[in-house]
Amino acid sequence: MTDTILKVDQISLAFGGVKALTDVSFDVKTGSVFSIIGPNGAGKTSMLNCISGRYRPNSGSIHFDDRNVTNLRPNDRADLGIGRTFQNLALFGHMSVLDNIMVGRHHLMKNNWLTGPLYWASPAQKEELQHRREVEEIIDFLDITHVRKAVAGTLSYGLRKRVELARAMALKPKLILLDEPMAGMNLEEKEDMARYILDLNEEFGITVVMIEHDMGVVMDISHEVMVLDFGKKLISGLPEDVMADEHVRQAYLGLEENEQLQEVV
Amino acid sequence: MNFELLLQLIINGLIVGLLYGVVGMCFVLVYKSTQIVNFAQGEFLLVGAWVCWALLIYLELPFFVGFLLSLAFMAVFGVMLQMIVLRPMIGEPIISVIMVTIGLSIFFQSLVKWIFGVSPQSYPQVFDTQSISIFGLNIELAYLMSTVIALIIMIGFYFFFKHSKHGLAMRATAFDQQVAQSLGISVKQVFAMSWGIAATVSATAGVVIGMVNGVSNSLSAIGIKVFPAVILGGLDSIVGAIVGGITIGILENVAEFFDSQYLHIGNMYDIAPFYVLLIILWFKPYGFFGTRDIERI
Repeated sequence: MTDTILKVDQISLAFGGVKALTDVSFDVKTGSVFSIIGPNGAGKTSMLNCISGRYRPNSGSIHFDDRNVTNLRPNDRADLGIGRTFQNLALFGHMSVLDNIMVGRHHLMKNNWLTGPLYWASPAQKEELQHRREVEEIIDFLDITHVRKAVAGTLSYGLRKRVELARAMALKPKLILLDEPMAGMNLEEKEDMARYILDLNEEFGITVVMIEHDMGVVMDISHEVMVLDFGKKLISGLPEDVMADEHVRQAYLGLEENEQLQEVV
Repeated sequence: MNFELLLQLIINGLIVGLLYGVVGMCFVLVYKSTQIVNFAQGEFLLVGAWVCWALLIYLELPFFVGFLLSLAFMAVFGVMLQMIVLRPMIGEPIISVIMVTIGLSIFFQSLVKWIFGVSPQSYPQVFDTQSISIFGLNIELAYLMSTVIALIIMIGFYFFFKHSKHGLAMRATAFDQQVAQSLGISVKQVFAMSWGIAATVSATAGVVIGMVNGVSNSLSAIGIKVFPAVILGGLDSIVGAIVGGITIGILENVAEFFDSQYLHIGNMYDIAPFYVLLIILWFKPYGFFGTRDIERI
């Protein structure tokens, strides 16, 4: 395994005349937490969608684990080890929490259309048990044991976010893409989620690329931060350096304007 | 009142209803995973039954060999149909796709008429005895076999969706294709598989019905008969399809009974299910088992 797990090179993406991304390049180091920040409409989610394969960039290339994945379908990328969660909750609402997570396991399961119906008489049962055990580990890790039989659509927002994370983890990804994992959460839920992200990064060794608006959390847990603005990369680097940058303050934090305002006053 | 006849008809209705249920399940399977209302469902029965007939008559294969071969053929047929005709339609307006399935229905009906002619044919004798008597009621052996097959298929479906990797993938795809893809599910594969399964299982029903009534072009009418059954059950519920199928099967036979004994209106067998369908949808627009969206309050 090399040092760089994800290499994004000169990605541009346009929807008709609207340029969502222009020549964005960055590297993500294996085992790091990489945050993408920027104002609304800066192209953060578009960037994530390019990595996961939902969008295909107009130009540029994406290498994952030294393999060019630019033209692979989303499901093939998931097979290679890219998991993701969505900005708007996307659980299978009518299925139980356990089944939701088992879908994430899907690509690791071997039983097929023949052995499935012959459940009791085939290796399918044994295989499912083994997957079930690993899934239970993830469930334990995220403290959702008490709701594992519940129908996903009936859970509270914070819990559903955790179930979604569990489902993405069940893929056994090397890289996980989190689209605003803490949006709409209260302080306590945010702290919990930040701890889970740190733990899955450190204990499970999963590299994290995350979009987040809460600057406190981003500063706390990221190893590296990239700022996007109007589809262009402003800067990337250590959180402290990025925060200290003049352009970033202008584009995102709006500090300069405030300072000017104060001067006027 | 002729109770014996009524009982006989109810049992017939139950048996035929199970087959409606099986065909209905296929319909629901395709609808759930690909969002396509398949008007060519009846033609799966038709093509399957005729292919099986041709294998038995022209190649003189033993029944079960011919039967299994025609099922294998139908699996390929279903997958190819999806890949060649319906895959290019992905992303097109749903009404266009429905039009395509109506076109397919007409095409295959005509093709079958062209190849096999318009007169009904019958399969070679499969069982030595035509019917057996249970508690004084005559039950055709072929119907008994059909019941067993229908039940096996239903139980197989249950375990397939509950416990197999592909079943899980299909349920996930039915819910949200994009999310399913992000979890490593190949949506193309799921689509092809659901058409393959629908074609194979429907053909099973086609052959079984053909064994009793003979193989004729009226088999494709089952595809239409299944509509009230699945809509009754809520269009996206497998259990609903089974219950709907049985209900319609019994209903049409009971309607036939009252018509022939008392009312003498004629043709109630075909019409009654649709009357009931209208009345039920009046009060239960989602059908009895259809999903309403879960909403958290």
